[in-house]
Amino acid sequence: MCIATPARVISIKEGRAKVDFSGNIMEVDARLVDVRAGDYVLVHAGCAIEVMKPQQARELADLLAELERLADDDR
Amino acid sequence: MTTVEGMLKLLRAYDGPPLDIMEVCGTHTAVAARSGLRSLLPQRIRLISGPGCPVCLAAPAYIDKLCALAQEGCIVASFGDLLKVRGSGGSLLDARAQGCAVEMVASPMDALAIARHNPQRTVVMAAVGFETTAPTYALALRSAQEEGIGNFRLLTALKRLLPALEALCADGSVDGFIAPGHVAAIIGSDCFTPLARRFGRPFVVAGFTPENMLAALCTIVQKAHTAFAGNLYAEVVRPAGNAKALAVIEAYFEPGEAYWRGLTQIPASGFYLKDRYKQYDAGSRGLHGGQERGDCRCGDVLTGRLSPVQCPLFGGVCTPQNAVGPCMVSAEGACGIWYREGAAYDD
Ligand code: SF4
Repeated sequence: MCIATPARVISIKEGRAKVDFSGNIMEVDARLVDVRAGDYVLVHAGCAIEVMKPQQARELADLLAELERLADDDR
Repeated sequence: MTTVEGMLKLLRAYDGPPLDIMEVCGTHTAVAARSGLRSLLPQRIRLISGPGCPVCLAAPAYIDKLCALAQEGCIVASFGDLLKVRGSGGSLLDARAQGCAVEMVASPMDALAIARHNPQRTVVMAAVGFETTAPTYALALRSAQEEGIGNFRLLTALKRLLPALEALCADGSVDGFIAPGHVAAIIGSDCFTPLARRFGRPFVVAGFTPENMLAALCTIVQKAHTAFAGNLYAEVVRPAGNAKALAVIEAYFEPGEAYWRGLTQIPASGFYLKDRYKQYDAGSRGLHGGQERGDCRCGDVLTGRLSPVQCPLFGGVCTPQNAVGPCMVSAEGACGIWYREGAAYDD
């Protein structure tokens, strides 16, 4: 539930950011963070909740992808 | 002790009294199950799951109220996991099967978009979650106000982490806590210091890699029975948290008594809309109890008193395909995670 997914900011305008989740481009709410294009953010429930470093973003993205794959396999 | 082997060696060398260490967050539960962390620990160190799944905590009365709102003709918007949780009657999915308007959304802003496109209907967002999610509802309300969208409501079952941890500490059975990384990103790592001091227990904020959880366990074991608060997820979690998120929570919500399955009612452990925003509230206060389902032991699972496999219904009567309790339904519920991962059947 508090799962938050890392994404890279592509562009930002009026509190909305276009972000890249490992290839999926989406728009998220960016009113809780100060970010620029190129920054990595943690996205939870359609909202960027914190800025993160690229290295951590990669680790977390890999881990979540693995957890998701397993959950899907077993369904 | 930076290598995994070094950390495991340290844990296995532990020869003090048995320690029960709680991972509070459902994602930590999933990482522990996935990595087989529990089976690597020596017998004296037990990793138990905590109340970190808001979907699992929701009271039957809350689900019943959502279903009633749907039956009255509201459009009810909810995150996916909650749809399957049964109240004392059915679930939101059952309500949808009976023709009610129930929509699955990925964010409160999606629910607001439904309200924008259906001005003649009342749209109720099922607002569950911890401090991580609370600001996202507040932002949706802010947008509703700015745009003059008057048909948007929240039915809140929002939870504040610290009062529940306090209740678990007062109960005395947990020796240390792996604090949830993404709640901490909002409330800050400093929040755990007063609890650590008051109860003489270690709290360590951890990220979500198995290595990070292992490092948190080592820290907790080394600091067992002392007042210690640490942060191993400092790249994301700042000492004072996210000031903007805290400000927006504070602007819309106030603390109030809330119901936790397994812990019953805890003062100030929920967030409710402030009085001046009551026109956006769908009747959230007082939805405390309700009829729990028969033999489900979710309350004991959520407080670490039982591990999922100790529930007599686990895996037989209760499976993800035919879940009896919410802990089996939710992706973050301990029963479902243990079932899916075929987790270490060793407690
Ligand atoms: S296994 Fe099923 S019945 Fe037992 S506690 Fe978990 S969810 Fe409830």
